[in-house]
Amino acid sequence: MDQDILYWVWLGSLSNITLRKKYKLLQTFGSPYDIWHASKNELLKNQSVSPEMAAILSDRNIKELTKRKLEDLYVRKIKILPLKNSNYPACLKEIYDPPIVLYVMGELLDDELCLAVVGSRNATEYGRNMAEKISYELAINGFTITSGMARGIDSSAHIGALRANGRTIAVLGCGLDMVYPHENKELMEIISKNGAVISEYVTGTNPLPANFPARNRIISGLSIGVTVIEANERSGSLITANIALEQGRDVFAVPGNADSNNSLGTNRLIKEGARLVTGVDDILEELKFSQPGILESKENLKEISQSKVLRGLTGEERIIAEKLTDGKIQIDALADKCNLSMQLINSTLVIMELKGIVEQLPGKIFGLKI
Amino acid sequence: MLSKIKSCGLIGIDGYILEVETDISNGMPVFEIVGLADIAVKESKERVRSAIKNSGLEFPVRRITINLSPANIKKEGSSFDLPIALGILTATEQIVNGALDKYMFIGELSLDGEIKPVHGILPMAIAALKEGMEYLVLPAANADEAAVVKGLRILPVKNITEVILHLNGEKQLDEYTIDINELFKNKTEYEIDFADVKGQDNVKRALEVAASGAHNCIMIGSPGSGKSMVAKRLPTILPAMSFEEALEVTKIHSIAGMLPSNTSLVTTRPFRSPHHTISDVSLVGGGKYPKPGEISLAHYGVLFLDELPEFSKEALEVLRQPLEDGMVNISRVNASLSYPAKTMLLCAANPCKCGNFLDPSKQCTCTPKQVQQYLGRLSGPLLDRIDIHIEVASVKYKDLESTKDEEKSSEIRERVNRARKIQLERYKGLRIYSNSQLQPSMMNKYCRLDEDCRQLLKNAFEKLGLSARAHNRILKVSRTIADIEQSEDIKQRHIAEAIQYRSLDRKFWAG
Ligand SMILES: Nc1ncnc2c1ncn2[C@@H]1O[C@H](COP(=O)(O)OP(=O)(O)O)[C@@H](O)[C@H]1O
Ligand SMILES: [Mg+2]
Ligand SMILES: [Zn+2]
Repeated sequence: MDQDILYWVWLGSLSNITLRKKYKLLQTFGSPYDIWHASKNELLKNQSVSPEMAAILSDRNIKELTKRKLEDLYVRKIKILPLKNSNYPACLKEIYDPPIVLYVMGELLDDELCLAVVGSRNATEYGRNMAEKISYELAINGFTITSGMARGIDSSAHIGALRANGRTIAVLGCGLDMVYPHENKELMEIISKNGAVISEYVTGTNPLPANFPARNRIISGLSIGVTVIEANERSGSLITANIALEQGRDVFAVPGNADSNNSLGTNRLIKEGARLVTGVDDILEELKFSQPGILESKENLKEISQSKVLRGLTGEERIIAEKLTDGKIQIDALADKCNLSMQLINSTLVIMELKGIVEQLPGKIFGLKI
Repeated sequence: MLSKIKSCGLIGIDGYILEVETDISNGMPVFEIVGLADIAVKESKERVRSAIKNSGLEFPVRRITINLSPANIKKEGSSFDLPIALGILTATEQIVNGALDKYMFIGELSLDGEIKPVHGILPMAIAALKEGMEYLVLPAANADEAAVVKGLRILPVKNITEVILHLNGEKQLDEYTIDINELFKNKTEYEIDFADVKGQDNVKRALEVAASGAHNCIMIGSPGSGKSMVAKRLPTILPAMSFEEALEVTKIHSIAGMLPSNTSLVTTRPFRSPHHTISDVSLVGGGKYPKPGEISLAHYGVLFLDELPEFSKEALEVLRQPLEDGMVNISRVNASLSYPAKTMLLCAANPCKCGNFLDPSKQCTCTPKQVQQYLGRLSGPLLDRIDIHIEVASVKYKDLESTKDEEKSSEIRERVNRARKIQLERYKGLRIYSNSQLQPSMMNKYCRLDEDCRQLLKNAFEKLGLSARAHNRILKVSRTIADIEQSEDIKQRHIAEAIQYRSLDRKFWAG
């Protein structure tokens, strides 16, 4: 298998050959190993292989470089998931143009349900708040949040999920040795520990503009639905939305002011039939219809995620956080539900407030911090 | 002929012995009272003259001069009627008794010779005992009040004739006694109890902390949320009054004329709830004829200011110093007097002008700005005397119907007592009795924090937007919470809970 990986990395990184052609080759030859070892003649026998392509495929330098690349990947502890690997995300495999190889920092889980939250880089505060809030609540409900780790909405989406101690996946348009944008270095590290940072690009690949539309198909491909928060008329998020529709995913859009540039795209999506959402309940309700069965497993998921939300809390904090996931509540009612003494409730809530887990509203009403 | 009769006057809440000197000489029939007597005292001439005549005795048609000695203290009220009358009767030898030195006489006369009750009997009785008097002759209706003072023979009288018969040895008056222990035991119970209040555990806990450290509090809640109901019950969880405290409270109530007749002692802690239209003088005391104000009537008890934002700025301003000192000082022409005012201040306020801001079942019609302004008005000196802020939520109907057993006042009071005892012990010799009285200079010693606690507090100030004035109040309240737990050290959880009681310092209220 280790040997096999080399051939997959090699095939995946051949940037001058289109994905279509790579699938065709795989179909014809069976595996990257066979393609690697095919002679130029054998290759050319094939109708779909042009002479240029055959030259690339039999280029020894490239093959040597790939061997070194592989060492680099090992050193960086980057996991490599070939398309045929049983751990390759099932829903991504289904799409029309799945990546040949996925590079992973962190961990992808077999049973996770992902929802994408994406939007404009030049987001408004409203947009960032909504992204964080919706991601937070989706994470509480057991979903993994996928996004592109770009500035603005994407970053807020990841942060929302992390706040909930939930899982999140960032899909990059460059190699995993690059940090783009640079200010997200720390975020990237945290995401890799609470989910995964993934890419179809081998290390050393720069964040070329052309990579981003391709990256977007992975974001939606991993997810059962895509929520767009703030997008102007030409935003890449609209492309993601279109791809998502082609992939048969649900598309949700958060409305904005009619005269806000940042919301022209999302408002148009709504006009064109995307589900208008103002909170997670809208998303959950839609999924119930469009993807029956998923919500049945949701209760189960919720439990799993709650146990994740509750990770790292002390006993009382956990009890309180558990009760607060049902919504905001006045302190006496909370004490009743938790069956804790008033003094313990009082002091624990302040400590949770200081940890940023809980917020207090007038009237001694407490809620989980969004 | 000259006679001297002992009576008693009042300065502040203390009695002082006073001699009624009567001189009757030949000359024009004038009746004069000297010795800084006020109008009410001067009017006593008419009452004394009629009372003597109407009792079948002789009123001398000669020159009568009465001196109230010491002459440099202002005399007020009608309690000298009886000693003045007796002075005249002795000077005219209608009373023959060589042992009047042992007697003190107090009482107002009506025109027919009946003796009517007066205010301030308890402090007078205490003074009588202190000055070595043996007998106190006083209005029958005041007997219960005076009988509390042990070691003094109380002789209640209904009319002037009874007094004369007694002094002339013709018919002895009966001595009046009561069993104080019995009285004290039976009467320290309240008719209301915290167990009447359904739910509201947060409010109850906050008030328990307040009671334990004698911290002033404010409650914020919509109308009907039960603020008045819990306020009235605060005295029931304060430590039971000691006999000395009861005496002092009774003295004040006696002077103010607030003691119901046939009452010997105020045995339960007072709860005073003045309306917001009250005048400054009625609130803190003073006036032409000085009287204790509400804050002194609430001495050793609770002063409840309902609808705090409705009180005038001036009224709240005059409260400040007395709250700080536990005492009201009133300066007079010739003397200054003081009334004790060690009270726990409990305030209540609606959260906004319309009152509905915290009531989820009703619509608040105020703008956010108005909401901020309403309580914002409170900021300032008085709020600086308040350690604990309590938000009171309206209790749901189903909770009101609940039959769950609520904790009794007596159970809460037990914990309060324990915490207070720790404080008394700790502050021995410092002339403070509770954590609420801690001065900034004492904080370092008694509210020492370890590094974790300091960090927590710092964090809280940064993250929660608390105002700086909260700092020492949080420390004092943490000290109390630790004392309730019988913990020598202040721990993080104590500080965290204390922070919970600073709602009005939060940004969302203070703006
Ligand atoms: N927690 C409670 N338990 C029992 N009765 C309550 C409670 N809260 C309110 N009530 C009832 O409602 C009435 C109104 O409460 P009140 O103390 O006058 O409210 P506020 O002073 O806040 O306007 C009380 O007299 C009492 O009968
Ligand atoms: Mg009321
Ligand atoms: Zn209002």
